[in-house]
Amino acid sequence: MSSTARDRIFARLHAARTTVSPYVPQGGTWQAPMLDKDQRIELLKKRMETVRSEVHVLPEAEWSAKLVELLKVREAKTLTYGHDAWFGGALRSKIKGKGMPRLVPYGENAEAFRDELFGIDVGITSTLGGIAENGTLIVWPTPQEPRLLSLVPTVHVALLKADTIHSTLAEAMREMRWAENMPTNALLISGPSKTADIEMTLAFGVHGPKELIVLVLE
Amino acid sequence: MAHTFTYPRDVKTVYYFGTCLVDMSFPQAGMAGIHLLRRAGVEVVFPQEQSCCGQPAYNSGFLEEARAVARAQIKAFSRADWPIVVPSGSCAGMMRHHYPEMFANDPEYFDVRKFSERVFELGDFLHNALHVRYEDKGKPVKVTWHSSCHAMREMGATAAAKALIGQLSNVELVEIEREYECCGFGGTFSIKQPEISAAMVADKIEDIRATGASAILSGDCGCLMNIGGAMEHKGVPVAPRHLAEFIWERING
Amino acid sequence: MGSQHLDFTANVTEALADRQLRANFKSALTGLMKKRVAVLPDAAERERMRDDAEAAKRKALAKLPELLERLERRCTENGIIVHWAETTAEANEIILGIMRSHDATKLVKGKSMVSEEMHLNHFLESHGIEALETDLGEFIIQLNHEPPSHIIVPAVHKNRQQVGRIFADNLEGIPYTDVVEELNAIARKTLREKFRTGHVGLSGVNFAVAETGTLVLVENEGNGRMCTTVPPVHVAVMGLEKVVESLSDLPPLLRLLTASATGQLVTTYVNCITSPRKDGERDGPKEIHLVILDNGRSKMLADAQLRRTLQCIRCGTCLNHCPVYIRIGGHAYGSVYPGPIGKILTPQIDGLADKGVLATASSLCNACEEVCPVRIPIPGIIRRMRTEAYDEKGDGVVKGHGAKKNLLETLVWKGWELTYRIPALNRFVVSMLGRFGDKLPNVGPLKAWTSVRTAPRFASKSLHQLAKEEGIRHE
Repeated sequence: MSSTARDRIFARLHAARTTVSPYVPQGGTWQAPMLDKDQRIELLKKRMETVRSEVHVLPEAEWSAKLVELLKVREAKTLTYGHDAWFGGALRSKIKGKGMPRLVPYGENAEAFRDELFGIDVGITSTLGGIAENGTLIVWPTPQEPRLLSLVPTVHVALLKADTIHSTLAEAMREMRWAENMPTNALLISGPSKTADIEMTLAFGVHGPKELIVLVLE
Repeated sequence: MAHTFTYPRDVKTVYYFGTCLVDMSFPQAGMAGIHLLRRAGVEVVFPQEQSCCGQPAYNSGFLEEARAVARAQIKAFSRADWPIVVPSGSCAGMMRHHYPEMFANDPEYFDVRKFSERVFELGDFLHNALHVRYEDKGKPVKVTWHSSCHAMREMGATAAAKALIGQLSNVELVEIEREYECCGFGGTFSIKQPEISAAMVADKIEDIRATGASAILSGDCGCLMNIGGAMEHKGVPVAPRHLAEFIWERING
Repeated sequence: MGSQHLDFTANVTEALADRQLRANFKSALTGLMKKRVAVLPDAAERERMRDDAEAAKRKALAKLPELLERLERRCTENGIIVHWAETTAEANEIILGIMRSHDATKLVKGKSMVSEEMHLNHFLESHGIEALETDLGEFIIQLNHEPPSHIIVPAVHKNRQQVGRIFADNLEGIPYTDVVEELNAIARKTLREKFRTGHVGLSGVNFAVAETGTLVLVENEGNGRMCTTVPPVHVAVMGLEKVVESLSDLPPLLRLLTASATGQLVTTYVNCITSPRKDGERDGPKEIHLVILDNGRSKMLADAQLRRTLQCIRCGTCLNHCPVYIRIGGHAYGSVYPGPIGKILTPQIDGLADKGVLATASSLCNACEEVCPVRIPIPGIIRRMRTEAYDEKGDGVVKGHGAKKNLLETLVWKGWELTYRIPALNRFVVSMLGRFGDKLPNVGPLKAWTSVRTAPRFASKSLHQLAKEEGIRHE
């Protein structure tokens, strides 16, 4: 049945083409400004903070100390991450002992891990880059760092290398060659989960993370 | 829609299109417009065969009737290529923007477009083509301004109207809340959907009242008839005045 | 389905009498208008974005069949199963079939206007399947058995007290509260449990990219990501106008969609889905279906003016700026798509006989056209709906054309034409009105007018006469 539906739809679409003027207005006139590296970091931080993300810009060597501090304040009990992520080893060596959360690597398929995952406090992921114009993280989940890490835990911590921040989405798409490399799921994340569905009152953490913490590593 | 018009320079003569509503119900406003143009040193020609721009039928779904009436206007203003000045943003918008649409698939399209490019709203023309200067001879007064939707969105005439009011030194202009919002007239809309129209004009009156102004000025008699009629029905003591009539009185003391 | 009889006048009367409703709409929509301007402060830049967004959509419509074929090919290569539905009934059957093939009885839904157009929830529930809305606004109104009143903020007509009451009355063990944070926390707790246990997730599609076979979804809450990631099967539904040619079309469209819809620079999530879970990946659905719906859209494509309806990206900003919508709210339209876009879309889908009345509910103020991010000439298409409804020339194409044709109006407008086309007749009629206009019987249109206004007055001397008497040159 649906193949005949397809045929009938396409017959109408093709017939419609001949009756319609080919005029198409010109596009490609708008471009957000291009920025230098310091401006990109500054703008990304400003944009992300406007939607209540927490952003720390720090030397790469200091990220784990900062993380210890952030986890302590939040009294996090559990933290999930990708075992083979670039920071996995460092995480295992630094996040341990009194007052630190238990590390739970996302090591199984979601079907087995899901119930535990929904109770975990913090998820930490790497990012592929950032976008300054909108204050956005580019996250392409991988077998090592699955999709739900950035969605289900109450707090999402993202590590962003400062030299991967682009000025604009268009620039990021071009430079990263999105068109040739689209992954299973490409995400742009620009803050904690939020809603304004009740009286237009902004509230955070409606389904996904209540907090987004970004460590920008220089 | 484009608001950047090319204004003619060194204007000696203009055509005047009075509109059907001004003709029937607000002829003094129409005459005030003629007087303001003549005061600026321009000769005014008023073809007696003119009637209505055709918008009522066009907006109501009677395209052929609208086209027939539009053709009659185009003919009435065809003896010279003088600018056509209209004391209504809505009727001017109809003739400027919608005539070419109505005749888009006809042989006369290019002639219609030439006609349309000659159409200007009165306040816009006085300010941007004739660069008039006014001296206020009236007593201090507080007024507010209502733009018709088409004066604002099709003819971009709001700034010019306010600039003209701004020349009147004893007139304080208080801007209305939600100035961008329609008063609920909409031609046949007001009788096809009377309840919605009534709700819109009721809100408009509240916003007008809140300004504390003693008069509501507009460049469009359709809005003035709607707002004025509703204010009178409700006993709200604010006078509805066409911009041209108001200015003419102020500069003549 | 979808074309139940609409008593618009009764709906309007009811809506206008509801002061709470009007206050809720006015406050929310005024806020949205201000936020839109705040996020698009530079008018010149905004117009350049609109140039690009309009061009991207018109380009896609100009080559729609090719792009849909390419989308289908790419999706299929990527492992997404593509289905075609001519009607909403076919689309519903396809989704039911997918549910049954997985013995699935629980569907978790992200926001999708097309699924509203299909009345999917009602259909699935009649087949014993729980279809749960998970967008907070949709969740609220589903609990209260209401349709959305706005395409972006579906529960905009409810205030916090009303939401608190709905939760307390419909959710087990939940006491009344009107604190927004607490209401959100209740929804979070209830719905996260549903995501965890849902069998199939359903979503709409904001943009489908033909170049890569990618489905792009934008959202703030994260429920869309939940629905498209947690359950083992994901079904996406889209109208066939959602396809765009390439990824490079997206930046201006995304920016304007977000700015127009909610006055934000960007949504929290832009979720680009290109394939089901691949070998080695640990989460994401193992199966993705894309249902592409026509339901009258291919017919709109065939007309140069009507096809521009298909440019719509469902941002809802025309609703926010519409003086009619602001006053009567979404439910009065009795249709899935309310407001200005609904006035042109609904009659084309459901027909002018049932829904042509919607096109009369516009003062043609042009506020919608002024803000539309893809520059749909909405007022022009509203006029077209009116013209089609009478179809005086007999060349109408919209479903139900000519449905409103009647002898009385035909004669009235013929008389109007003669009066304004023939100068002598015009002079006679105007002078008669000047003499006897104040004695017109207060019936029909005049009665409607004078319900809240004094009657129009007619001058004893017309402008024509005054100009002549003053010696104004006339040729």
